[in-house]
Amino acid sequence: MVTTFVFVLTAAVMLVAALIAVLKDNLVHAAMGLVVTLFGTAVLFVLLESYFLAVAQVVIYVGAIAILIVFSIMLTRRVGAHWGRQTNATWPWALLTAGVLTVLFALMVRGWDPDAVLPAAAGVPEDITARLGAALVDPNGYVVPFEVASVLLLAALIGAVYVAWGGRKAEKETQG
Amino acid sequence: MVPLSWYLIVAALLFGIGVYGVLARKNAVAILIGLELMFNAVLVNVLAFWRYLQPTGTAGLVFAVVIFAVAAAEVAVGLALFIAVYRRFGSSDVDDINLLKW
Amino acid sequence: MAFLQDPTIVVEWLRQLFLGWGLSPSLASLLLYVVGALALATGPLLWVIFLIWFERKAVARIQDRLGPNRVGPYGLLQPFADVLKLLTKEDIIPAKADKVLYWMAPILSLAGVLLLWPAIPLGKGIGGNVNVAVLYLVAVGTLSTFAILIAGWSANNKYALLGAFRTVAQMISYEVPIVLALLVPVLLARSMNLQDIVAAQDVWFVVAAPLAALIFFIASIAEVGRTPFDLLEAESEIIAGFHIEYSGMKFAMFFAGEFLHAFTTGVLGAVLFFGGWRGPGAEAYPLLGLFYLWLKAFLLYFVIVWIRGSFPRVRIDHLLDFTWKFLTPLALVVLMVTALLDKALAAAGPWARALGLLVANGLIWLVVQRWLRGVEKRLEPPMVAQPGQYPVARYTPPEPQAAEGD
Repeated sequence: MVTTFVFVLTAAVMLVAALIAVLKDNLVHAAMGLVVTLFGTAVLFVLLESYFLAVAQVVIYVGAIAILIVFSIMLTRRVGAHWGRQTNATWPWALLTAGVLTVLFALMVRGWDPDAVLPAAAGVPEDITARLGAALVDPNGYVVPFEVASVLLLAALIGAVYVAWGGRKAEKETQG
Repeated sequence: MVPLSWYLIVAALLFGIGVYGVLARKNAVAILIGLELMFNAVLVNVLAFWRYLQPTGTAGLVFAVVIFAVAAAEVAVGLALFIAVYRRFGSSDVDDINLLKW
Repeated sequence: MAFLQDPTIVVEWLRQLFLGWGLSPSLASLLLYVVGALALATGPLLWVIFLIWFERKAVARIQDRLGPNRVGPYGLLQPFADVLKLLTKEDIIPAKADKVLYWMAPILSLAGVLLLWPAIPLGKGIGGNVNVAVLYLVAVGTLSTFAILIAGWSANNKYALLGAFRTVAQMISYEVPIVLALLVPVLLARSMNLQDIVAAQDVWFVVAAPLAALIFFIASIAEVGRTPFDLLEAESEIIAGFHIEYSGMKFAMFFAGEFLHAFTTGVLGAVLFFGGWRGPGAEAYPLLGLFYLWLKAFLLYFVIVWIRGSFPRVRIDHLLDFTWKFLTPLALVVLMVTALLDKALAAAGPWARALGLLVANGLIWLVVQRWLRGVEKRLEPPMVAQPGQYPVARYTPPEPQAAEGD
């Protein structure tokens, strides 16, 4: 009973915050809406009994990605300038596309697989996080996706630093 | 307990809002915000399926961890590109980045 | 006496009280949660009052002056006077400031500190028992970072924004050594639960991992934004940084939040490295454990205040160099060496493991000292003025003029 109440409350807050994130002209407010949505997702993860991923969600998404997004908004705008209208002229088509997609998805999952209406009786084992750690480095497990993700992060790190810095150096050389 | 379809519907709604954000916004960072909403919807979906169908296995959790890594990498590179583009064009509007138009 | 053995009977007594009033069991549970949350939020905030007085007195004594001694005996009522003053100040909001964000930032900052407390084990069987407590601490830390960013932006002041950017850069840079240093106790205790970490400290982890404790301590001071890393919010620098435009109760929230965060760092250091609530007799009497924890945390807080009174400020680029070029590589090396050595010594008893790791830490420190000496030789020598040498300007009085009208 408490779970259902918490789920409905969280889902409502999340969806309202997501609407704020995509509808507001003030982009800093939109970023705040995104942060509330991310927290709501973390709460849903807790309801789904994956506590490690809930906390990882807060650390990675709110602690790094949301701060990055807010930084970029603040760096590319003069303090106190007007935001102007942030929605495209083609927004009715966007609304139509998004609406049709959502309705189709919702209809599709409405009565999904009656066997799985309730959570699997097995329940989440106590040491699931330890098992996750073991699976990520097990040669018969998921070590290859893990290593590929690490290489991807390294490439993104080098690329982001180069694009944000090296581009400026190259520009200075061509101008000077 | 909450039925599985409720989680999936919430994820679908979140995804739809994200799609609207990507398609209807002018600022590049606002588009990235919509993209992050879509990533979150996918994460909710993956973990709901993990919990309801196979909670003793780790496949769902590994999938979610890889999604975290990919989302973080993509946002980092995307924002670096955005800052570089902003320096070049002076505008954060994606409509103004049209040098390749004929 | 039963209360001393097991303080949780208070919870049962309260629950019986609520059920006796005719409430349903789930409502009684909810009410108990609310009461617990209120108690956990109010206790540390009341303790902050004492901390403010103590810090002012201690820093004053270090600086060879008396500190507040007018209001009440030994100035003990000074914090009350401070709070009264801040409460009665006019609540100014700058024009064109973002009202919602301006109002939300101090609340988020204080929330980011108070949310650390539910995860901390206060005694045997009391306090937090969060499964992923260590990661939870990092997650909540990012909340205060966010609050500062919002505070700087919403004040509609470019100096506030600049200060906020630098503060956030400092905070997210110092999160990396903190996370790496936090992994060492997790490694040694095989669990992220702070209760388990305390239970695994038959030998205090500061013996097994002194370098990790040092890195955690220094990085936490930087994370909280205390001297010597408070370039960005001290009153004499960048005009008080991100909280320029805040006055009255909102500023009081930032202020109290910073002191509480410093004390909470002491508590976390005590839990992670100094055995937490463990001590003679703490197993039988959980409240004695709470007292031990408080004592250890207060000693660490005294060290933080001591550092504040003794060190000058670090410049922003030196700050960032320090974390990225020194603390993070050191933390990585310590983590790797601890992991390897812990596996190698897994069969030995706790004291043998701790001493083995202590020796390894000592070796790492010797290597670091050699390297630092090499770095120092390559740097330019510091500008110490010798008498009669530039850049010291010598004042020579002008030659006396010959008397006129002679």
